[in-house]
Amino acid sequence: MTTAVAQKTIHEVRLHGRGGQGAVLASKILAKAIAMSGLHVTAIPSFGFERRGAPVAAFMRYSEKPLRAVTNIYDPDYIICIDPSIPKAVDIFAGVQPGSTLIQATRHSAESLNCPEPITKVVLCDAVGIGMEVFRRPITNTIMLGAFARATGIVTMDALRAGLESANFRDAGLEQNLIAIERGYNEAIIKQRQGEEWV
Amino acid sequence: MASPALKTTHPGCAQSIVCDGNEAAAWAVALSRPDLVAVYPITPQSSLVEYVSQFIADGKIQAELMNVEGEHSVLSALHGAALAGGRTYTATCGPGLAFMFEPYWRTPGMRLPIVASLVTRDGITPQCVWGGQQDAMTMKETGWIQIYCETVQEVLDTTIMAYRIAEHHDVMLPVNICHDGNYLSYGVTQVDVPEQAAVDDYLGEKDVNWHVALDPLRPMAVDPLTGGAGGIGPSKFVAYRKSLCDGMQNALGVIEQAHQDWADIFGREFAPLVEEYRLDDADYALVTIGSMTGAAKDAVDSAREKGEKVGLIKIKTFRPFPIEAMTRALSKVRAVGVVDRSVHYGWNCGPLYQEVLSCLYRTGKTISARPFIGGLAGADLTEAHFAKAIQATATMWADETTIDSPIWLNEND
Repeated sequence: MTTAVAQKTIHEVRLHGRGGQGAVLASKILAKAIAMSGLHVTAIPSFGFERRGAPVAAFMRYSEKPLRAVTNIYDPDYIICIDPSIPKAVDIFAGVQPGSTLIQATRHSAESLNCPEPITKVVLCDAVGIGMEVFRRPITNTIMLGAFARATGIVTMDALRAGLESANFRDAGLEQNLIAIERGYNEAIIKQRQGEEWV
Repeated sequence: MASPALKTTHPGCAQSIVCDGNEAAAWAVALSRPDLVAVYPITPQSSLVEYVSQFIADGKIQAELMNVEGEHSVLSALHGAALAGGRTYTATCGPGLAFMFEPYWRTPGMRLPIVASLVTRDGITPQCVWGGQQDAMTMKETGWIQIYCETVQEVLDTTIMAYRIAEHHDVMLPVNICHDGNYLSYGVTQVDVPEQAAVDDYLGEKDVNWHVALDPLRPMAVDPLTGGAGGIGPSKFVAYRKSLCDGMQNALGVIEQAHQDWADIFGREFAPLVEEYRLDDADYALVTIGSMTGAAKDAVDSAREKGEKVGLIKIKTFRPFPIEAMTRALSKVRAVGVVDRSVHYGWNCGPLYQEVLSCLYRTGKTISARPFIGGLAGADLTEAHFAKAIQATATMWADETTIDSPIWLNEND
């Protein structure tokens, strides 16, 4: 069966996190990596007051064709959630299309995420655990970009590295972030929905 | 901080980068080689002046940077620099623009070719820090040229063109390049960055204080007292005011030429005054301004697929108002829905709607019209909103009616 997502010519990504975790920076890095992979891309952060810990979102579209709409995203086919507790605070599944993928920072199982029917693939990554080892702090944004690359194959690791190198890191060094995307990529666990099961 | 190069794609293009509209404007400033930049940060402009400051710190821009205590001083500093013959730049919006008003109002009368980005922000109160064009629209009768951009690439290209327009001897007026707060200021996408040498050729030698100067070798009274009801005052005042009006009218042709030359060198074409999209066989059309236009064009395409004969008219240059180009476009249809991102309190509509009404008179035809207001204070204008506007305009076209009460597109969001 062809899903709604498979029929889309413009793919839509929504990234959830909390203020201070670098969700917006991650979306910029990912946009650069997607552009280097030869696709058209637009990215835009949701707008709120900059407040540490408050839920934030960033939106991204990519396509083989030029993109014109400069709008937020309401029907995503990829959800990247870089914070384990955000699903308790906001409806990260709002508007999600059949055949979509969730890329979630968690050390728990796919079953524990209570994904609605349209989510047919989940990518689990213990980004907080990795972040504590790499940064000694729960920084998860670039780790989850590695998991996204692994899950989708849309961006190469080379493109992600190049995107990363263009960002200025004030608190954590480039070296650490290069390790972070590598570990996110390698340690992501991919699960497909099969009926009631995740395999 | 600055974005890395991707690949070279076009003639006259040094590199492609991925960046937001604020960074794109900063690249344009770098390529335009200003002598003095004065700044005061304000949301959603802040990252723009941070990029410019970084470029100056890195030596990418060989300009004097003045971090002053507020926007009134920002523009006053630019006045001095322009009178001394310098090329100048600043950016502001919203309450910062309001604080800048006194020198802002004087700038066109002194014929200073200053370029200032307005990263448009809605008016307070109610409190908000998000995009909307109320700030720029409030300034539309001050004598500044106002140009509104649709895309991040257009922000970069038009900001460079602004110096060519401002410094043209038949114009000599300040230019506001307006880009939508949030959607363009923070919207990230691919852009081509022109080559420095090609931009140098395009802009030519600056000559900005030939007419009025702070120059010990050419002592002159700057901004003399004129007016009143006796002596040479009245005729002098009229001469100054009339020449400013003439400069504004001259700007229309200069803006068109600046865009034509840009397209010839860099291969990118933008409609300089008014863009017509799928208009030639249209029964009715939307009229749009700024970054909302992309989603509106998508909505037009979707409606066309369902057999609706709808087109779109986008305005780029709002001051001076391109009366002829707008009238020509409007003449092609029998109904228009005009979408504004700000309000016009006097007419209970948007400012663009009010200007369109004047042009409808010039068409000599009976064309139905209705105002739409949306995207205030950061609200999103999606393809679905424009589908609604298209439907309402189609109904008006079928009924041959004009309805003056606005439809508020985000009223139920």
